[in-house]
Amino acid sequence: MDNQLAVLKKILRRIRRYLPVLALSLLLALIYVAMSLYIPILVGQAIDGIVAAGSVDFDLVARKLVYVAICAAVAGLSQWGMNEMNNRITYSVTRDIRDEAFAHIQTLPLKYLDSHPQGDLVSRVISDVDTFADGLLMGFTQLFTGVMTIAGTLILMLTIRWQIALVVILVTPLSLVVANFIAKRTYSMFRLQTAIRGEQTALIDETIGEMKVVQAFGHEQASLEQFDEVNGRLEAASLRAIFFSSLTNPSTRFVNAVVYAGVALTGALLAIGGSFSVGSLTSFLSYANQYTKPFNEISGVVAELQNAIACAGRVFELIEAPAQTPEPAAPQRPETVHGAVEIQDLAFSYSPEKPLIQDFNLSVKPGQRVAIVGPTGCGKTTFINLIMRFYDPQGGEIRLDGVNTRSMDRGELRASVGMVLQDTWLKAGTIRENIAMGRPDATEEEILAAAKQAHAHGFIKRLPQGYDTQIGESGGNLSQGQKQLLCIARVMLCLPPMLILDEATSSIDTRTEIRIQKAFDTMMQGRTSFIVAHRLSTIREADVILVMRDGRIVEQGTHESLLKRGGFYAQLYRSQFAH
Amino acid sequence: MTKLLKYMKGYGKECILGPLFKLLEATFELMVPLVVARIVDEGIGGGDSGYVVRMCLVMILLGAVGLVCAVTAQYFAAKAAVGFAARLRHSVMAHILRLSYSQIDTLGTSTMVTRMTSDINQVQNGVNLTLRLLLRSPFVVFGAMVMAFTIDTQAALVFAGVIPVLCLVVFGIMLITMPMYRRIQSGLDSVTSATRQNLTGVRVLRAFRMEARETAEFQDRTEQLTARQLSAGRISALMNPMTFVIVNLAVILLIRVGALKVDSGALTQGLVVALYNYMSQILVELIKMANLIINMTKAAACANRIEGILEIVPDGVSGDACPDTLAGKVEFENVTARYAGAAAPALEHVSFTAEPGQTIGIIGGTGSGKTTLVNLIPGFYPAESGRVRIDGVDVQAYDTVALREKIGIVPQKAVLFHGTIRDNLRWGNADATDDALWQALDTAQAREVVKDKAGELDGEIEQGGANFSGGQRQRLTIARALVRKPAILILDDSASALDYATDARLRMAIRGQKNPPTTFIVSQRAASVRYADQIVVLDDGAVAGIGTHDTLLETCPVYQEIYYSQFPKEAQENG
Repeated sequence: MDNQLAVLKKILRRIRRYLPVLALSLLLALIYVAMSLYIPILVGQAIDGIVAAGSVDFDLVARKLVYVAICAAVAGLSQWGMNEMNNRITYSVTRDIRDEAFAHIQTLPLKYLDSHPQGDLVSRVISDVDTFADGLLMGFTQLFTGVMTIAGTLILMLTIRWQIALVVILVTPLSLVVANFIAKRTYSMFRLQTAIRGEQTALIDETIGEMKVVQAFGHEQASLEQFDEVNGRLEAASLRAIFFSSLTNPSTRFVNAVVYAGVALTGALLAIGGSFSVGSLTSFLSYANQYTKPFNEISGVVAELQNAIACAGRVFELIEAPAQTPEPAAPQRPETVHGAVEIQDLAFSYSPEKPLIQDFNLSVKPGQRVAIVGPTGCGKTTFINLIMRFYDPQGGEIRLDGVNTRSMDRGELRASVGMVLQDTWLKAGTIRENIAMGRPDATEEEILAAAKQAHAHGFIKRLPQGYDTQIGESGGNLSQGQKQLLCIARVMLCLPPMLILDEATSSIDTRTEIRIQKAFDTMMQGRTSFIVAHRLSTIREADVILVMRDGRIVEQGTHESLLKRGGFYAQLYRSQFAH
Repeated sequence: MTKLLKYMKGYGKECILGPLFKLLEATFELMVPLVVARIVDEGIGGGDSGYVVRMCLVMILLGAVGLVCAVTAQYFAAKAAVGFAARLRHSVMAHILRLSYSQIDTLGTSTMVTRMTSDINQVQNGVNLTLRLLLRSPFVVFGAMVMAFTIDTQAALVFAGVIPVLCLVVFGIMLITMPMYRRIQSGLDSVTSATRQNLTGVRVLRAFRMEARETAEFQDRTEQLTARQLSAGRISALMNPMTFVIVNLAVILLIRVGALKVDSGALTQGLVVALYNYMSQILVELIKMANLIINMTKAAACANRIEGILEIVPDGVSGDACPDTLAGKVEFENVTARYAGAAAPALEHVSFTAEPGQTIGIIGGTGSGKTTLVNLIPGFYPAESGRVRIDGVDVQAYDTVALREKIGIVPQKAVLFHGTIRDNLRWGNADATDDALWQALDTAQAREVVKDKAGELDGEIEQGGANFSGGQRQRLTIARALVRKPAILILDDSASALDYATDARLRMAIRGQKNPPTTFIVSQRAASVRYADQIVVLDDGAVAGIGTHDTLLETCPVYQEIYYSQFPKEAQENG
């Protein structure tokens, strides 16, 4: 409850700038409810003017009907205005919160992003915000008009004739009880349905996802039988859940019919006594008809509101996740970046109970090549994470040309490092935009030059729209190798003094690989480079080799010195490269 | 959409009774205003309290009978909808399982899964609602009008006038907003993909200091989405107020007409009340109908997509040759193969012959056509030209199931299924004894993998084989293929996660079997194919060389390039 209150407070803070709009919406809602409730009374009064043949009071009827027209017009206008205001608040708040969440993601440490599934974060920014906005804002206004309608109806009924009002007040809650009863009973049926559906989806995923294997083993019939078994259970469970839950509407309609009959009975008996007019009975009957509707709506809204608050909670969790350490107020910077990297007493781990890097020291002179080697999954990316300050170390420091990188602005540090990762990520957009990512102001000549140096110009030229070819979210139709060449061109355009390269070779054919290697070689001229190395020549030519194992840096030195040492590197070298 | 109707067969009774009972309920509802009219005219007018009580009991009775009808209708509707969906799911699943490899490639897995799950659910929901409401709402609307006609023709003309106007407003607004909602959906998709991309590319984006630019771009997209939502919202916000105003104008007209009629003695006060009540019923039902139509269009769109899947004719060709045994001779004669829609063939003019029991290595870079080549052997894809023959018979002439029963395949991706280890191994041969399973495991170097698991052969395999390492999974999939004692064994890069020593032992064990199968080893590693009887070197879909390791090393430049990139000359001299 406290938790919900806290969430509400945060929501309120974000709605604050729309409070005037909200106030206007509530005012319009009030007018709408009042007008729409007044109409049945006016109609009733008009009907009272048409008692019997020859005794119709045409003046009265005409007057009341004019009022009905006015009320209907005002009610219609205010309802439209209310809807418009509500839309405005809902959609604006949705946009604001999404923008806020997205901007916050830009400041979140990689540690957070790496440890949260991407799908989960996306669903917070997209569907949770939607559910929240729909449920809370729409729900709130529905709740407001609902409560106003109930209160207004009650007051009007009580003032006109409290005896009949009493009948309505006493019988109506029955419909809530019935609805509640059904909802409780069907809850477990729905849970069962959801569980079986989940089981079926998993089976579908597996069977269809791996259909080639299913077919290769002639397992189609067996798989189908397995599917049918689950399908049969789902059918039975769904039938129960759907049927029993669909009893709600007829049942509440029946309660409503009882209320209606009750009103007719008491009203008519009173009318026979002469103390109640037919017109008033008509007004009452239309109230009785409308009265249960807001009740049913409200019970739905309450569940939705709770769901909305839960979603809002998830969104705020993201928005309030601690950002990375802020940039220093007065960031230092090396006068010119030559690319001398010094690492001193570095200590780092992803989780405190599993220390990875301890007391690590390394000194790299400008222009030197550092090769990082180790078996797959040994944590070579850890090193990249630290150099780029995607993660900060727990102890020690990394100095770039004498300046501790932690006292630098992250952007400035990253601008002096060019990075080509094995995971060749390209942004959806044109090829030109992708190459110019690091320097959006680059001229056409510069872009072409970079592409040529990266050996990418050739294949780009042959694409249907050349440099204006759109690439989709996952790189579209480009091959792995082509994507890699674009990533190289992207760095080539900026030519920073330091490089981080991942020699990805596994999924690239030999020809492209040679091209990529040439591009790498061009790029590395005179630049301090850290290379996640797969090729023997790279390793042998490196000035320093860092050997990693299980996330730790276990050895460092040159090829010869490491071989002589006869440790892990020597073992690795023999098993991987020599035969 | 209409083609899906056949899955309704057998539910004819439900499809008729459901709506029928719904109509009955509506009929009882339509009687209520008449009863009220009686109460007003005869009960109040005649001062007869007994009559009033009786009529009110009639009203409750009408309600009760309506309830029974409605419950019956809901049952039939639910039964038909759920049964229909279950059958449809079965048929779509069975159909999908019959599709050929190239059709699977074109469709994509996620599409098929969506069709099977959320699309069918939507259709089920649509069928259920349709059976319940499609007849009811128009029935009430027109029923109210008919009732009005029985009361008074002139007053009924008001109904006849207002119903088309209301329909025009409701459906007009829906027609205008539907494309707007589609635009909203695409706007939302764009916001979603911006978020997803920002997260996948976070390292690159930060390396290029794109944070501010990304945020600005994102804000443009949300701003655009908001604008679309507002303009669509503005129009749909008109629906309720407009119908409200129209119905009230109709009420005014009705009472005006009623007043004249009552004055002339043609109508009673009670009947005017009844007419007023009918008008209110119309409004409620129209709104329900609008919602129903939205749901139905959604369901229809899903139904069309599902139909699209069912309309695909499985293009796998199956002949009728059903051999009892195969020797395992495989011949490629000038074979060219192309993937659906691809500009260039994946494999061109390949010819070679594998004698029974031989080991054939297939090596080449990514996309050079290795997997395509082996996929032609079990007839997963058809050859565009040329012939693939097994024991002298064209693969297309074999009965697909019978042929594949004699081929053991170990796919690139080591896929296991949820269930026990025994279940998984028996995919190879449903009747295999435990001894046979262990024998296959031994050959696949996988005995330890199973021994280490609690329950051994009864050990549980999680979804996707998540509780095994890549190397363990590979060995189990190899064992699965060996369980059927195949005449032809295809290892499609399936030893990549094994270390060199295990890989070598595995190859030895396969060759050492009694009646060893004709074995195709696809690999990027020269070491894996080095000792094969023949090595087929592929480069960009064409054969760059065929021969033994030694001949290729002398004559084939592509093989040399591959070999020396993995076993550098100097390293060899050193090592």
